[in-house]
Amino acid sequence: MNIALLLEMAAEAAPDRVGLVCEGRRWTYGELLAAARGAFELIRQSDVQYVALLDESSEAAVIAVFGAALAGVPYCPLNYRLPDADLAALLARISPALVIGDEERITRIAGDHGHNLLSREEFSLKVQETVPAEDAREYDPGEGVAIQLFTSGTTAAPKAAILRHSNLLGYILGTVEFGSADEADAALVVVPPYHIAGISALLSSIYSLRKIVMLPAFSPEAWLALVAAERVSNAFVVPTMLSRIIEAMERLGGTLPPASSLSSLRAIAYGGGKMPIEVIRRALELFPSAGFTNAYGLTETSSTIALLGPDDHRAALASQDPKVRARLTSLGKPIPTVEIEIRGENGEVLGPGEPGEIYVRGEQVSGEYKEKSALDAQGWFPTRDAGYIDEHGYLFLSGRADDVIVRGGENMSPGEIEDVLLTHPAVADACACAIPSLEWGEAVGVAIVLREGHDAPEEPEIRDLVRGRLRSSRVPEKIVFLAELPYNEMGKLLRRKVKDVLAD
Amino acid sequence: MKPGTRLKSAACDTEVMVIRCAEGTIECGGAPMAEARPADAAPLAADFSAGTLMGKRYVDTEGRYELLCVKPGKGSLSVDGVALVVKDAKPLPASD
Repeated sequence: MNIALLLEMAAEAAPDRVGLVCEGRRWTYGELLAAARGAFELIRQSDVQYVALLDESSEAAVIAVFGAALAGVPYCPLNYRLPDADLAALLARISPALVIGDEERITRIAGDHGHNLLSREEFSLKVQETVPAEDAREYDPGEGVAIQLFTSGTTAAPKAAILRHSNLLGYILGTVEFGSADEADAALVVVPPYHIAGISALLSSIYSLRKIVMLPAFSPEAWLALVAAERVSNAFVVPTMLSRIIEAMERLGGTLPPASSLSSLRAIAYGGGKMPIEVIRRALELFPSAGFTNAYGLTETSSTIALLGPDDHRAALASQDPKVRARLTSLGKPIPTVEIEIRGENGEVLGPGEPGEIYVRGEQVSGEYKEKSALDAQGWFPTRDAGYIDEHGYLFLSGRADDVIVRGGENMSPGEIEDVLLTHPAVADACACAIPSLEWGEAVGVAIVLREGHDAPEEPEIRDLVRGRLRSSRVPEKIVFLAELPYNEMGKLLRRKVKDVLAD
Repeated sequence: MKPGTRLKSAACDTEVMVIRCAEGTIECGGAPMAEARPADAAPLAADFSAGTLMGKRYVDTEGRYELLCVKPGKGSLSVDGVALVVKDAKPLPASD
C-alpha cells in the first residue's frame, strides 16, 4: 500500500476543500493530488534513485513526498542548515537524485554528482503543467521505501534511516481517524521538512482533512500572527520555539494581536527535546483554553510512540500530589498501537520504576537503516534512549543511553542531576556529563549557565545542593560556567560538545 | 489476494484497500469483490445494503480481515456471507 493513498482519499472525499496554505497561496486537495501526479511523471522521466529536497517548508515538500511515493522513489529531505562539507557528503550518498531547492548551492558543492536540479519555483510550476498520460499511470504499489532521513548525527556520523510505506501507513491508519477534522480546523506546521515531525504532520493533517498552514521560517512574531490570521486550531512546536513564543508574548504584551485572536488555538503539541518545566507551566497559563500534548517519538519510529495528553497536563498542574505533578515532565503513555518495554544491560525486561533502555515494537517502527536493521529477532527496536516507566504506566525519559554516567559501576542519568541544579536561583541552564576519572572510571562534570544578574555560586554551595537531594556519588567533581550551552537548531543539546569542554 | 490489493464492489461504488485478509471471499452488497468492476452490475442484496463509509476500517470478529474503505457506496461488506463491522479507533489527541 502506498502513502499516496492518504492524499488520494482526501482528494476523493473533498477535492475542493483547501488542504494547504503556504505564503498566501491556497491549494485544494484536488490540486495537490494533480500536482503530485505531475511530480510522478517528472520523476519517472528523470530516471533517478532519490528525490531530495534542500529547502525550507513549502508546497514543494507536500508535492514531492507524494510524487516520489507514486513513482516508487525514496524521498529524502535534507537539512539545509548543515555546513557545505557535511551536506556534500550526504548528496554523494543519494546520487543520482532529483534535487529540489537551492540550485546555486547544490551546483557549488555537489555539481559533479550527476544530480538533476530544480528550484522550488520551477518544480512547483512544472508539476502543475505536467499531466501523466492515462496509459502511463503505473503508480508504485508501495511495497518499498517511502522516505529516507539522515539522522541528526549528534553522537556520530549521520545514519540513513529508512521508513517504508507500511511503517508510515501503520502510524497514520492506526492513530488518525480519516476526515475527522472540522472544515475550520487548521494545523500550523513550522517544523522543517527534513524532520520526522515535519513529515508526519503533513501525512496526519491530510488524512484527517485538517488544513495545513505552513510557516517556512520560524519567528515567534510570525507564528503568533499566523495563528491569528488563519484561525489556527492545532500546532506542533519544539521546546525552544515554545519558550521563544512565551518570551515574545511577555515582552511584546500589548503590541501583539490581542489574546482573543489566539482563542482558535485548541491543541498545542510539543516534542523533539526536553521541555523545561517552567516553560510548560507558563504556557498552560498563557493558553488557558488550549490542550497540551507532549509527543515522544524518533525518526526510526515514524514519529509519535508515546504521548501525555491534555487531561494529564491539567491534572498535573492542579494536583497537590508530587507524583501527579511530576507527570508534567513525563512522556505519557505508549499509544495503543505500539508496545514499550524498559530493558536492563543484559536485555532483561525491567519492572516499574527501574531505569534502563527504552525498547519499542509496532507496525510503525522501522528501526531500519540503509546499511542494516537495528531490530532484534522479535521486532523490538532499541531506541538508545534511557528511561523508566512508573507504577501507573507513565514513561519518563532520562536522556540518551550513551549519555549515562557510569561512576564505579553505578549508572547515573544526567537529567536527575540537572533537575537539581536548575532549582538553584542563579542557574539558568545546566548540563551534566561523564568526565574521565582515574579512581572511578567516570565521574560527574557539570556545565552551568548563570541567570542574568546573578553571581556564580561558590562550588561547595553547588556540591551541597546536589548532596542534599541525591546520593553523594552524584556530586559533581568538576564545575564550569559557560555563557551558553550548545544546542542544534531543533533545540537538541549537543552533549558531546559539553563533554569536550569538561574534559579539557 | 494480499494486503495492498484494491477491491471494487460489483454492486455499488464501494472500493476498499485490503489491510489484512485470509482465504475467504470478500463481498460487498452481497456479491464478491474484485480488482475490476464487472460490465454488468450485480444486484444489491437487501441484507447487505447498509452502505460503507469513507475512511472507516471494517473487520471480522476473529481479526483475520481488515478492509479500509477508500470510496463509499450503498453496499455493505461481508466475508463468506458474514457481515464485517466497523473497527472503532480510539481517538488520540493530535500529536504532530
